[in-house]
Amino acid sequence: MIDVTVDGEVVQVPEGATLLDACRTKGVDTPTLCYLETLTPVNACRVCVVELEGSRTLVPSCSRAAQPGDVVQTDSPRVRHSRKLVLELLASSVDLSLASGDVRRWVDRYEVDTARFGPAAAPAAADERDGRDSGHHHASDGATAETVAQPIKIHDEMYVRDYSKCILCYKCVEACGDDAQNTFAIAVAGRGFDARISTEFDRKLDQSACVYCGNCIGVCPTGALVFKSEHDLREAGTWDEAKQTMTRTVCPYCGVGCNLELHVQDNEIVKVTSPMDHSVTHGHLCIKGRFGWQFVQNRGSE
Amino acid sequence: MDLKLLPAEASPEERAAVASVFDSSSEASNADRVAREGLNEAKARRHLLLPALHAVQKAVGWISQGALNEICCRLIVPPAEAYGVASFYAMFSTVARAPRVAHVCDDIACKLAGADAICATLERTIGPPGTSSADGQATWLRSPCLGLCERSPAALFQLAGSESADDDTIAPATIDEIEQILNGATVPAPAVGSTPQTSGTREPELRLLRRVGVADPTSLSAYRAAGGYDALARAVQMGPAQVIAEVSASELQGRGGAAFPTGRKWDAVAKTAETPRYVVCNADESEPGTFKDRVLMEEDPFATVESMTVAGFAVSAAHGYLYVRGEYPLATARLEGAIRQCRADGLLGADVMGKGFAFDIELRRGAGAYICGEETALFNSIEGFRGEPRNKPPFPVEKGLFGKPTVINNVETLANVLDIVLEGGAAFAGVGTEQSTGSKLFCVSGSVERPGLYEVAFGTTLGGLIDLAGGVRDGGGLATVLLGGAAGTFVSPEHLDTPLTFEGTRAIGASLGSGVVMAFDESADMRDIVLRIAAFFRDESCGQCVPCRVGTVRQEELLRRLARDGARPSPAAEADLLDELARVMRDASICGLGHTAANAVQSAVSMGVFEGTERE
Repeated sequence: MIDVTVDGEVVQVPEGATLLDACRTKGVDTPTLCYLETLTPVNACRVCVVELEGSRTLVPSCSRAAQPGDVVQTDSPRVRHSRKLVLELLASSVDLSLASGDVRRWVDRYEVDTARFGPAAAPAAADERDGRDSGHHHASDGATAETVAQPIKIHDEMYVRDYSKCILCYKCVEACGDDAQNTFAIAVAGRGFDARISTEFDRKLDQSACVYCGNCIGVCPTGALVFKSEHDLREAGTWDEAKQTMTRTVCPYCGVGCNLELHVQDNEIVKVTSPMDHSVTHGHLCIKGRFGWQFVQNRGSE
Repeated sequence: MDLKLLPAEASPEERAAVASVFDSSSEASNADRVAREGLNEAKARRHLLLPALHAVQKAVGWISQGALNEICCRLIVPPAEAYGVASFYAMFSTVARAPRVAHVCDDIACKLAGADAICATLERTIGPPGTSSADGQATWLRSPCLGLCERSPAALFQLAGSESADDDTIAPATIDEIEQILNGATVPAPAVGSTPQTSGTREPELRLLRRVGVADPTSLSAYRAAGGYDALARAVQMGPAQVIAEVSASELQGRGGAAFPTGRKWDAVAKTAETPRYVVCNADESEPGTFKDRVLMEEDPFATVESMTVAGFAVSAAHGYLYVRGEYPLATARLEGAIRQCRADGLLGADVMGKGFAFDIELRRGAGAYICGEETALFNSIEGFRGEPRNKPPFPVEKGLFGKPTVINNVETLANVLDIVLEGGAAFAGVGTEQSTGSKLFCVSGSVERPGLYEVAFGTTLGGLIDLAGGVRDGGGLATVLLGGAAGTFVSPEHLDTPLTFEGTRAIGASLGSGVVMAFDESADMRDIVLRIAAFFRDESCGQCVPCRVGTVRQEELLRRLARDGARPSPAAEADLLDELARVMRDASICGLGHTAANAVQSAVSMGVFEGTERE
């Protein structure tokens, strides 16, 4: 075990632990967006930064390995400022309306004010952002704040991709790639503010390497990727998490033994997830467990 | 790995272009890596992705779906990832594009030299950037700084097709010349004269520039006749430990902008237990206003090869990578020639100079991304990934290229090593000042009488350097100087007596950066310049981290409001907001691009560049 001082109090963490682990050990509510226990940290969102004594810049707590004797501030003016600005930059450019309650809590705590960047610019036309060239952009006159707003992509009966809500946390790319699925159907394309999640040449998912495992949706923190079933209910105004129950069961399809969480509303399965802490799945499933549940509801009306 | 490919076939030209990348030497080095590092074939080959994309871009002018398929099959790379890489770089097009492309620099120095008028004419004759000409054979784009500031305005030509000449540049460029080349004319031979100190009476103190204009840069025998390879011979006599000791004693600091002690890097890599180790030369010089490495590589390319070899010998690395900016075709050609001749002469290869150590260099060409000058982004770029910086630690000396201990130095930094080996670290440290040892190359451009690359001992004042360049052009008054590049600082004429040293510039809240000294006379439209710098950072941010990806956009929007008198709610509030953006970018970005993206613009705003809109 090693000693780390967090906000003036010494905590003990195992060797190899991160500063985030140390913060959590002390019970400090540390905001994270791109971090997930089951994925390699990309430390791209920078909302988890802390002030580490001796470091010129703030450091991302999610990926910085704790060293014996580290002294960390999690609520200094510098930390508060950077977290506030990171959340403001995201909230002013991305639709966070489907982000978790945690995100809303942090937005309140850091007094996020997006109005100071000006009114949001008009959304991009369909697929326009997917064609933007690296190294070239059309500068606005500054009267409006540019956003990633764009039309929603619904190309099949399973996935809905609403990149107006994408904070570019790389989680979907990692889950599709070597952190889970090893399918590599999506990657980040383009550069800078025009960077986006894309298949090769922005082809539709059903023409890409995508195997519809749903693991990208499973890790998306902002609702940019949702199941079509959930999206349809939301559109109809009938999605109601308060009315939903969650039943944990074992997938019936093969012998692997993946655990399923069946989200049920009005006696209908509306979504299937997998527990993050399950030793077999770590939150991930395949297309069968994720989408093959209609037979359960085939109650034989005739 | 199973690859799901696009339903498209590569054309014979595309197939041949991809095949050309797999020459016998790269296959041998891949086999070597498979054996030594236990990699699978796919991972060992991925570093050929950038060269393969270059080959296709050159052959047909864009990266088609069929070509991407061919590359992915040969390299076993998922198409989505290859597309992510191709679409990252400004010099690759993933949509069909005319075969002859003019990239017209409209960055700071070229803007001062009338680039906007050239662009306006092209807009009239061809159309907005990216439009094809009437015959479909040509198009033009605006470009960030091409590193030809001493001869601004400049243009780079990408000429596709196996019959076409290599990419090339012209500077100074005229609209007539640009249009003629777009219509099929050959690019004229490069103008000479980037180093005013080497024309006429040569200054005897020149060290880094001593062979410029003296030894034919295309001839190894000329280089050797001018003292070339004496340093490597001396290094071999001294042995690796002594070479590192001399470099440490010289107190040489990196010339790329970060001023890190070179000896400490070398020592750290030499002391690691891990092998293989790599030497990487960072020749991705892209800081606006910077052209020093380009001149060294064009005029003295063998010195880059020799100094990398010295580094390889010192840290027991057998492989070197030389990552040259994609916009530097002449430097690339000269270095390729130098590497070829050195191999043929046994100065690179399995038994260098017959002294029993191996060292060879692979040249890699960038493809239009400022961020790839950041050392870890450069590693990712070589390895065939998007040029996104990695989080540090771990530092390159521990986990660098291919995750192995790596010495990475700038071209100018390495050039100093030759003198250090020959004259000893202590003698080298006697030049310059106590805290800034040796001599320094300065890229002087803008409103001066004789723009060019100047070598002076550390300690020369800013005013002294501008005088050396003939003073302000046409007897005009000096308004401001951009010190250190777009990531540097604007300083006012009251600082002309500042010694150009690491410590001297630090004392006035500036930095030497990459050695840019760009002068602006009173006629310069400083608002326009500042807006161009803001646009540059927005364009060149890799997009990985939020502070830089969105912060550079908000910064540009804010400056545009200031420039058009649309400050909201007041200029003072905008200045505060700019400061808040600067702080989050400086504190929370992953790399130096974000850390410095607000430096120059903030210094300009505090100098009152946008005042006047305020008075209304």
